[in-house]
Amino acid sequence: MFNALRKGFGLTAKTMFRPAVTTEYPDVKRQVQPRFHGRHVLNRYPDGLEKCIGCELCAWACPADAIWVEGADNTPGARYSPGERYGAIYQINYLRCIFCGLCIEACPTRSLTMTHEYELSADRREDLIFTKDQLLAPLPEGAKPPPHTDEEVRARGITYYPGAQSQDPLATKEHSEETAAHRAMLDPALMQLSDVEYNHVERDRNIWTEYEEPQGELSDSEEGS
Amino acid sequence: MDLTDVLIALLVVLAGFGLWLTGTALTIWGERRVVAKMQTRIGPNRVGPLGILQTLADGIKLFFKEDITPEAADKFTYYVAPMLSAVVAMLTFAVIPFGGTFEVGDREVTMQIWDPEIGLLWVLAMSSLSVYGIALGGWASGSKYPLLGGVRSSAQMISYELAMGLGLAAVFIWTGTLQVSEIVEAQSGTFFGFLPAWNIGPQIFAFVLFFVAAVAETQRPPFDLPEAEGELVAGFVTEYSGAKFAMFFLGEFMQMVTMSAVTVTVFFGGPNGPLFGLEGTLLGALLAHFYFLIKTVAFVFVFIWLRGTLPRFTYNRLMDLGWKVFLPLGLLWVMLTAAIVVAQETLAQDELLFGIGVVLAVLIALLLVSMLFERRGPEPEDEDAEPTDQSALPSAAETAREAAERRGAKQIEVDV
Ligand code: SF4
Ligand code: SF4
Repeated sequence: MFNALRKGFGLTAKTMFRPAVTTEYPDVKRQVQPRFHGRHVLNRYPDGLEKCIGCELCAWACPADAIWVEGADNTPGARYSPGERYGAIYQINYLRCIFCGLCIEACPTRSLTMTHEYELSADRREDLIFTKDQLLAPLPEGAKPPPHTDEEVRARGITYYPGAQSQDPLATKEHSEETAAHRAMLDPALMQLSDVEYNHVERDRNIWTEYEEPQGELSDSEEGS
Repeated sequence: MDLTDVLIALLVVLAGFGLWLTGTALTIWGERRVVAKMQTRIGPNRVGPLGILQTLADGIKLFFKEDITPEAADKFTYYVAPMLSAVVAMLTFAVIPFGGTFEVGDREVTMQIWDPEIGLLWVLAMSSLSVYGIALGGWASGSKYPLLGGVRSSAQMISYELAMGLGLAAVFIWTGTLQVSEIVEAQSGTFFGFLPAWNIGPQIFAFVLFFVAAVAETQRPPFDLPEAEGELVAGFVTEYSGAKFAMFFLGEFMQMVTMSAVTVTVFFGGPNGPLFGLEGTLLGALLAHFYFLIKTVAFVFVFIWLRGTLPRFTYNRLMDLGWKVFLPLGLLWVMLTAAIVVAQETLAQDELLFGIGVVLAVLIALLLVSMLFERRGPEPEDEDAEPTDQSALPSAAETAREAAERRGAKQIEVDV
């Protein structure tokens, strides 16, 4: 019995001199894991066009039925996204969302990704239904807000999608001239890479960084800790 | 008795009351900090430096909370009950000397509010009154849960009241007085010239008895069954909210401080300590006060340490401990103390020595006999124990293989 008592009381006595493990949350914020599922963001191409094509795959994939998308047609004079359609109405209800990430898996264009922002609270229920203007990533540097005209877009000579990912990894130099412009827009440093290397970089970009990159404000708030 | 006397008395009362109140407030804060440290947390750190004003903030919050009085409550009792435990804790503190003695003019001022001849009885009486707060609170709520909770808690407190009484009775018999100042006086001086002659030495068992009972009496963990939030819907406080709820728990903390002070006074010499020739001066009184504080804080810490370490008892074990362990042992100890005291007072030196010699001889004889039995005892047990020893049993695989061989089957592959 005395041994047990000694052990128990000794443990608490010893623990008193250990540093606390508490994170003082609102003052100190911990860096979340790279693949943390925070609130969503609708990404853009570097020239400002929206990646969302209004396909509703995300809404279909959602187990909680938290997403509402209505697509609309792009016109030659008013183009929001490359391709035929764009997401005209886009809402995510954060009262229902369980942050499972199935929607971002479903998105064919990687328009929908998740950020590291987890401080989602509001005084009213309506405030937790995020609309498209809240979800859209901020405009990249030097880009023009949509709608763009087809002429402008054609002048850029970019193939938006299928993009680098859908390229044959063994494609030759001549073959890839088309994507060079695209590449230059993303990052001039990537011009020096071979195609195979570039495809790897691009894939990693898509997985790890692309969705974090556009949100200057969001990442600021994370790092403000 | 003139005006000066009245003034001095008033000042002493104010000092005691202030000490006790600040002590309680700091105890609440300290408990949260210390328990947090024991659990590698931080504890309160928002209000004031190190969160020291947290108690104040909590108090303000509780006073402005919605306060609900149930329809069926017996209003008067319902309001009085929470105050009872706090008031009796304070009244107990009145007989505690919390500092030394010093002289003002030709008067001798003792830092003790009241020194009645029945000091120890007063302590017992007051601590038993705190049962009323709980029993009445449970009854007055006009609801069944609090009633049951109140009855349960009263049963607990009464059980430990007895043990506590026995602990104090032993001290009473040992020192031959009930007056607190005399008990403290009896503890001045030293054993063998260097150990302080505190009651903890000769009365160590009474101390253990008293302290455990005090923990149970103040409803502190591991004996915090009265408030048992999880299993009893908070027991006797189910129908209490806001400030009245706070009063009950304030009472608990106040009792904790008071009980620490009583323990220090009765077993640890109260404000005794080396005074370096400052006896009778104000500085000496302050020094004594400092000793008293240090000892009390140490005991408050023990209370907190218990809370940080031990899990809550179940009710049956609580009752078993109170009635089957502490009560008989306490009675034995009281009788033993009485026997020793009587022997000291009535027998002459050589008779005493002879008596001690006889007792020692009997003890040694008993020891030898028990050793003999022990030598012989384990052997048959060992034989019994052998087959149940797990390692001696053939493993399941071996048994299977043997069985298979016995059946004459081809060897079976047994995966173990
Ligand atoms: S994370 Fe899951 S629940 Fe939330 S919107 Fe996407 S699919 Fe629906
Ligand atoms: S976010 Fe992706 S999946 Fe959802 S509609 Fe837009 S393109 Fe389709």
